[in-house]
Amino acid sequence: MSNNSNYKDSSKASPSGGGLEGASSYLKDIFNGLKSLVIGLRRTFYYFTHHKEIITQQYPDNRETMNLPERFKGEVVMLHDENNEHACTGCTACELACPNATIKIITKFDITPEGKKKKAIDKFVYHLELCTMCNLCIVACPTDAIKMAQTFEHSVFNRADLTKVLNKPGSKIREGVE
Amino acid sequence: MLSFSTISKSIDSWLRATFSDTWTMVIEMLIAGICVISLFAILGLILVLMERKVSAWMQIRLGPNRVGPKGMFQSLADTIKLLVKEGLTPDGADKFLFNLAPILAIIVAMLLMAPIAFAKDFQLWNMNIGVLYVSAVSSMMVISILMAGWASNNKYSLMGAMRSGAQIVSYELSAGLSILVVVVLSGSLNLNEIIQSQADGWWIFKGHIPVIIAFIIFIIAVTAETNRAPFDLAEAESELTAGFHTEYSGMKFALFFLAEYVNVFIVCAIGATLFFGGWMPFHIGNWQGFNHVMDFIPSSIWFFGKTFFLIFLIMWFRWTFPRLRIDQLLNLEWKYLLPISMFNLLLVTAIAILGWYF
Amino acid sequence: MVEEIGTTTDGDIIINVGPQHPATHGVLHLVITINGETIKKVEPHLGFIHRSIEKMCESLSYRQFIYVTSRMDYLSSHINNHACALCVEKGLQIEVPSRAQVIRVLMDELTRIASHELWWGAMAMDLGAFTPFFHAFRERESINDIMEETCGARLTMNYMVPGGVMQDIHPNFQTRVKNFITLYKSKVGEYNELVTGNIIFQNRMKGIGYLSSEDAISFGCTGPTARGSGVSCDTRKLYPYEIYNQLQFDEILETGCDSFARYMVRVREMNQSIRIIEQLIDNIPEGDFQAKTKAVLKLPKGEFYQRVETARGEFGVYIVSEGGTTPYRIKFRSPGFSNLSALDHIARGSKLGDLVAMMGTLDLVIPDIDR
Repeated sequence: MSNNSNYKDSSKASPSGGGLEGASSYLKDIFNGLKSLVIGLRRTFYYFTHHKEIITQQYPDNRETMNLPERFKGEVVMLHDENNEHACTGCTACELACPNATIKIITKFDITPEGKKKKAIDKFVYHLELCTMCNLCIVACPTDAIKMAQTFEHSVFNRADLTKVLNKPGSKIREGVE
Repeated sequence: MLSFSTISKSIDSWLRATFSDTWTMVIEMLIAGICVISLFAILGLILVLMERKVSAWMQIRLGPNRVGPKGMFQSLADTIKLLVKEGLTPDGADKFLFNLAPILAIIVAMLLMAPIAFAKDFQLWNMNIGVLYVSAVSSMMVISILMAGWASNNKYSLMGAMRSGAQIVSYELSAGLSILVVVVLSGSLNLNEIIQSQADGWWIFKGHIPVIIAFIIFIIAVTAETNRAPFDLAEAESELTAGFHTEYSGMKFALFFLAEYVNVFIVCAIGATLFFGGWMPFHIGNWQGFNHVMDFIPSSIWFFGKTFFLIFLIMWFRWTFPRLRIDQLLNLEWKYLLPISMFNLLLVTAIAILGWYF
Repeated sequence: MVEEIGTTTDGDIIINVGPQHPATHGVLHLVITINGETIKKVEPHLGFIHRSIEKMCESLSYRQFIYVTSRMDYLSSHINNHACALCVEKGLQIEVPSRAQVIRVLMDELTRIASHELWWGAMAMDLGAFTPFFHAFRERESINDIMEETCGARLTMNYMVPGGVMQDIHPNFQTRVKNFITLYKSKVGEYNELVTGNIIFQNRMKGIGYLSSEDAISFGCTGPTARGSGVSCDTRKLYPYEIYNQLQFDEILETGCDSFARYMVRVREMNQSIRIIEQLIDNIPEGDFQAKTKAVLKLPKGEFYQRVETARGEFGVYIVSEGGTTPYRIKFRSPGFSNLSALDHIARGSKLGDLVAMMGTLDLVIPDIDR
């Protein structure tokens, strides 16, 4: 189409040429401009007709088939095994590693069968609203008690719902984890 | 065969038999008005959806596909949204002009519908100066844009309006000159006669290279006249946020939006009429057999097919090219398009006098 | 001087572009004095996204403060993190394993390509062409997928830690990077077809936004902005860090000094990044991905500075340590701030439409400017 979108180049070229030479450079500019535009049009027409190139992911529809990589940092979760036991000793390494005070560990003292007092976690409080998913707590944890989950749909209606207690009710520390 | 012309003729004869001449006239006008308004609504819906789909496929996206089957009702949903939105009038605006501008835009678009032949013998007003009427009325579009830009009391709007004024006034010239090429060849300003003159082949094929050049210039000029990219300086999104309709919202914005699309349709319809023979089927000289086969396709399909092809062309430009700068835009018109189209007109006049066209 | 209705005494109009404007890519506020379409003055107003990151860093430990820098220039977050990690390593004199160094450089260059891809799309969008934006995102998304797989995030990865990288690369990393290189090479020709060769684009870019070499130096411009004016300033070449001095790549210099030169520098730089990645991707040495470091890092008393080359220019980290676990003072030298300062100079006398194009060629990232 627009055979004529060169403005500056021709005005630069014409004083040197003039006459026939100027006219030929004028026409050459028009031709080259036209060519560059047709090249662009050809490219968009290619995509217009080749629908298999479409890369759109239809997100809410593809929830089942969508696979997030296992390292994706969605939220911090605490791992529990089938006996409802976790590996958190309550050492507060993650709490110290966190830059945003996202984690708050409340400890209690359990009485072991031998009658000794033992430190254990009462509540592992996790503020999702403060978390920046920097992964520092996971790296800091000496017992691999926490990890990043692949969930990412965190919207809730109430801000307080984002404050989570990660250890399940009634859970206790796994035997042998120190 | 059922066609638009037989329907309109039977309605006309029934009305004439039932009512007096005056009442027939009034009722026919009403019917025409309703037809135009509903055509407006349908065109708006179709063109918006078409633009979104065309842009999406060019941008390796899917485009609207949620509302209705394949997203067909997306623009309907958008319309409902725009209807229920509050039509805000800014405090510092000139309220009368501000509210008048979108209405004027739509009135101009409506007026332009009058001389267009949608199918064989299906035309609202077969006037003898149809081409002149179209170029005269379409230049009124700039008034509504200037009005909107000035009345908004917004600097972005004002700049958009100023740009639009300079742009439309300039590009009118080359659009008019390239229309004249066809007028010279066909020897008539009447759109119907221009169509009839293409019964043995469309002007784009009959008229050699000069008509092709005229067509290229025409399509560039009307793209600029309707403020479409790459000439969308009046609303240049990345520069002026939304240009002259920055302050408009709700239905008032929708009217501008609609007017833009209807204008695109109208200029493409004019382009199809002048260069591609309007509703005239594809005929080659005196190949009677071939021409008869082509006549079986209804004339309205020919007309809308050609028009939508040109609309696609304009959309294609929009989604491929970057925008021009204002001085480049005017340079393009005054240094390139206008001299070329003037020279082209001379050439065509010579061809017409010597009878070198087919 | 400024009257109530926003005109100067000379009758020029004052227009506020931003903080909410489609052209500013963020919350940059430009106060523009224009006469008709011609720009007379551009005054950038900053501070809309100031988060006092430097002050925040003073209360964070040397491991913790790195994640904040991802939020500055979010398009080259890896490189920002890299600079911080390097600076801390310099203070502690940690020897980074060669595997970690190679991974870091690979990530840096992938980030650079991703950043330039986004810039390229946004640049075309500033000029009114919307389609290239989506085409650029196709390639950028595949980089993001690689990042997601290895680092666990798409934009703010926090992958570089003092002493190496946080996790080893994902087993798929090398294949996916190679696939990306194939994809990129098959698609890069389209960039020229759609934008670079386009006559409208060339006329919009050539000869506008003239920034001479002297001005580029005196405004403190770095990165592609200065290299477009022929100023050699690639930190990777001049002050090599990591393994950059062992790699084969060219510093891209253009002498056009205009918007088109700056554009071409970035487009050609992407090819150089691909070249670096091709050299490294098959030669990742075995070994540790992280050096052994103490649990609590304490920088010795003193001042430490490290500069790296981000996608936008020279990024510097300056740490003043009093010997404690947190820095006494941190200063970031962000490339966007200096590049923005040249905007007024290059925009004066040009048209309003070109201001947007010039802003595009400076490749501004607003959180990087404000911090």
